[in-house]
Amino acid sequence: MASLHDYLLVSGLLFAIGLAGVVLRRNIIVMFMCLELMLSAANLTLVAFSRFNGMNGLPDYNGQMLVFFVITVAAAEVSVGLAIIVALYRARQTIHTDDLNSLKG
Amino acid sequence: MPWLLLLLPLIAAAANQLYLKRNAFIASMLSVASVAATFAISLMLLGKENAVAPLNWIAIGGFEIEIGLKLDQLATGMMVVVTGVGLLVHVFSLAYMADDSAKARFFTCLSLFMFSMTGIVLASNFIMTFMFWELVGLSSYLLIGHWYQRESAADAAKKAFITNRVGDFGFMIGILMLWGITGTLNFDDMKVPAGISTGVLGAALLCVFCGAVGKSAQMPLHVWLPDAMEGPTPVSALIHAATMVAAGVYMLFRLQLSIGSDAFDNFAGDTIAIVGGITALCAALMATQQNDIKRILAYSTLSQLGYMIMAVGLLAGEAGMFHLFTHAWFKALLFLGSGAVIHACHHQQDIWQMGGLLKKMPITGFTFLIGFLALIAVPGTAGFFSKEQILEAAHHHDRLSWLFWVAATVALLTPFYMTRLFAVAFLGKQRSKDADHAHEVGPLMFLPLLILAVLGLIAGYPFIAEKLAPAYEKPAHLFHFSGLVPITSVVAVLVGLVAGLVVYLGKERDPISVPLFRDRFRIDAFYDGVLVRYLQDAFAAIVHFFDEFLISGLIVGGSARIAEGFGGLFRRVQGGNLQGYAFAFGIGVILVIYFTAF
Amino acid sequence: MPLALFWFFAAVMLIGGLAVVSLRNPVASALSMVASFVGLAGLFIGLNAFFVGIIQILVYAGAIMVLFIFIIMLLDLKTEEKRAPKLAPALGGLGIVLAFTIQLIGVLSQTPNKSHEPLDLVAASASMAGRSEGIASKLKAGHLPDVNLIGDTLFNGYNFPLQIIGVLLLVSTIGVVVLSKRQAA
Repeated sequence: MASLHDYLLVSGLLFAIGLAGVVLRRNIIVMFMCLELMLSAANLTLVAFSRFNGMNGLPDYNGQMLVFFVITVAAAEVSVGLAIIVALYRARQTIHTDDLNSLKG
Repeated sequence: MPWLLLLLPLIAAAANQLYLKRNAFIASMLSVASVAATFAISLMLLGKENAVAPLNWIAIGGFEIEIGLKLDQLATGMMVVVTGVGLLVHVFSLAYMADDSAKARFFTCLSLFMFSMTGIVLASNFIMTFMFWELVGLSSYLLIGHWYQRESAADAAKKAFITNRVGDFGFMIGILMLWGITGTLNFDDMKVPAGISTGVLGAALLCVFCGAVGKSAQMPLHVWLPDAMEGPTPVSALIHAATMVAAGVYMLFRLQLSIGSDAFDNFAGDTIAIVGGITALCAALMATQQNDIKRILAYSTLSQLGYMIMAVGLLAGEAGMFHLFTHAWFKALLFLGSGAVIHACHHQQDIWQMGGLLKKMPITGFTFLIGFLALIAVPGTAGFFSKEQILEAAHHHDRLSWLFWVAATVALLTPFYMTRLFAVAFLGKQRSKDADHAHEVGPLMFLPLLILAVLGLIAGYPFIAEKLAPAYEKPAHLFHFSGLVPITSVVAVLVGLVAGLVVYLGKERDPISVPLFRDRFRIDAFYDGVLVRYLQDAFAAIVHFFDEFLISGLIVGGSARIAEGFGGLFRRVQGGNLQGYAFAFGIGVILVIYFTAF
Repeated sequence: MPLALFWFFAAVMLIGGLAVVSLRNPVASALSMVASFVGLAGLFIGLNAFFVGIIQILVYAGAIMVLFIFIIMLLDLKTEEKRAPKLAPALGGLGIVLAFTIQLIGVLSQTPNKSHEPLDLVAASASMAGRSEGIASKLKAGHLPDVNLIGDTLFNGYNFPLQIIGVLLLVSTIGVVVLSKRQAA
C-alpha cells in the first residue's frame, strides 16, 4: 500500500510540473491549464492528509470539504479567466504573452 | 458694553465679507449702523472711568498676555474722534462710492479698519497695541489698494505696507526691550525701575518711536503717505489724515502717560522732537510745490503730524493730543471737501485744472474755507488753540527752544501753500471743462462737511475740548496776544496768507518752480534708486538662491527625483511579463517553504 | 489500493501533466490534461475519497476541459509556431522547479511518514450511531457511505460557506456574460 509520503511526493511533482508550465510556456491558455494542475496537486495533498489523519476510523471529511470548495472556486475562476482570454483575443488577436506587453514601460 | 466697541465693527466686517459680498447696499448700511452704534457707545462712555475686567489670553510661565480695555479720558476721547470722524466718513462714502463696483469690499475694509483702530485706542497692553497696529496696517493696505486694477494704487498699497514693516520691526524690538526693562507690558503697571541707565531706556523708547515713525509717516519713512492718496478719498480722510496716522502720536503719548514723562526727558525725547520738527518743516516745503490736491493735503498732514510728534518729544503730549483732536476734524473736513471736489470734477485732481469752484460749489467751498482757516490757525478756529500750545511748549523747552523757530517757519509755510491751494482751485476762473461742469454735491456728502466745519471752528474752545478731547490743558487766557509766541504765530499766518494771495491769486500757471521741493527732496528717488534697487536685488538674489536650489532643487526636485527613481525601479518589476511574475511567485513559494520548514 | 495501481495512476497523472507542459498543440495539451485528471481521480478513489474523485472527473475532465477545448476551438488556435526560445527565463524556470523538488524531498525526509491503515468502519459506525442511523447501519454493513458522510459534513458544518460559494458562482456567471458580450461600437 502506498504511504503518505508517496502521495505527497507525487502531488509535489505534479505541482512542480504545473509551476514549470506556468514559468516556461508562453501560451496563455496552456499557462491556465498548468494553474489548474497546481490546484489539483494541492487537492491531492488535502485528500491524502484527510485519509491518513482519520478520526474514529473515518477519513477527516473537513479536508475533503476544502477540496470541494477549491474545485468550485476553480470552476468559477476558469470560466471568468477564459472569458477574459476571449475578450483579450478579440482586442489583440493574440494569446501569446510575449505580445501582451503594453504595460511595459 | 465696552466690548461692543470692538465687536460691532468686527461683526460688520465679518458679515460683509462672508455673507453680503453681493449685496452692497445692505453691506454699506450694516457698516454705517455699526459705526453709528460705536459712536453712541463712545459718547456714553465719555468722561467715566470704567474698569473692564480683562480676559486672560495667554499665560506662559509667569508671562501673561491679557486682552483688556483701558477706558480713561485719553482712550474714550480718542474713541470719540475715531468713531465720530468714522461715522461722517462712512456717510460721505455712501455717496462717494455709490457707483463703485466693489462697494461691499470697500465697506468691509472700512469696518475692519474701525475694528483695528478701536483696538489700538482701547488696548490695555503693548501686545494688543501691536496686533491691532498690524491690523490697521492691513486694512490701510487693503483700502489704498481698493482700485487695485490701477498699477499705481497697487504699488502705493505695497509701498505703505512695506514702509510700515520697517518701522514695525523697530517697534517690536522696542516693545520687547520695554518688557525687559519694566517686566510687564500692561500700560497700567509700567514703571521704570531705579538703576536703569538712560541709554538703555532711551534706546527702547526710540525703538518704540520707530513704530510711530512708520505709522505716523515721519521722516525718513514718510514716503508712503503721499502715495497712499491713491486710495479712495474718504479713506484718505479717515485713515491717512484723521485717525490711523495719528495712532503713532497716540501710542507715544499713551506710553508717556504710563511710564511717566521723565523717562522721555533725555536724548530719546529730543530725538523724537527733532524728527517731528524736521518732518513738519520738510513736508511743508514739499507741499508748496505739489499740484495734486490730495497730495498737498497729504503733505500738510505730514507736517501737522510732525507738530504732534514734536510736542510729544518736547514732553507736551497734552498739546500734541489736543492738536491731534482738532486736526482730526478739520483735516477730515479738508479731505472730504477735496473728495467732493474730485467727485464733482470727474476725478480731476490737478489744482491747475480747477479754479472758480467756490461759485460752482458754494457749500463745499465754504466748508473747505473753514477747514483751511482752521488748518492755518487763524485765531478763533480750532487749529489756532492747539497749535498755540505746541508753539508754547517748543518755546519753553530748555534744550530745544530752536525748534520754536522751525515750528514758526512751518506756521508761515502752512498758510502759504494752503492759500495757494485755495486760491488756485476755488478762486479765479475755471481752467478746464471738468471744473466748468462741476456742480454742488448731494446732501449725503455736504452734511458731513457741514458738521465737520462746525467742529473745525469750535472744537478748540474749552467747553468742547474739556469734554471731548483725549487730553486737554486749559490755557490761562484764550486770546492772549502779548509775548513772543502768539505774536509770532499771528504774524506768520498773516505773512503766509498775504504772500500766498499775492503770488497765486488769478494766476494761470505756477509762477514759482522749485524742483527740489517738487521732487520731494529726491527722497523717493533715492529710495527707489538705491535702497530698493540694491537692497531688493541683493535680497532677491538670496531668496532666489533659497528658492531655486534649496526648495525647488533639493526639496521639490529631490523628492520628485526620488519618486522617479523608485518608479523606474518598480517599472522594471511591473514589466507586464507574465512569466516574470510567475518566476517571482515561484521564488516566493520556495522562500516560504525554506523559512517554515527548515 | 495495491501499490502497483497507485504507481500506475500516479504515472498517468504525471505523464499527463508533462504532456500538458511540453506539447505544442493546445488541443493536445487539453487532452493530456484530461488524462492527468483521470489519473488524479484514480488516486482520489484509492484514498477512499470516492465522491471527490467522481467530482474531479465530472467537473474538471468534463465541464472545465470542455470549456477549455471550446475556447481553443472558438479562437481557432493553431499549433504554436516555434519561437526562438529564450535561454535565461527557461533556465530560471527550470531552476525554480528543481529547487522546489529538492525542497520537497528535504521536507518529506524530515517529516514522519504514515502507512496506509484500513478504515475501522465498525468503530466509525459506533461514533455515528447517535447522529445518523442510515450512515451507521451502512457502516456496520461494511460499506463506506462516502456521499452520505460528505453531505452530512457539508450541510451540517459548512452550510454558510456553501451559500457563499453559490453566490460566487452566480457572480462569476454574470461576470462572464458581461466580459464576453460584444461591446457596442
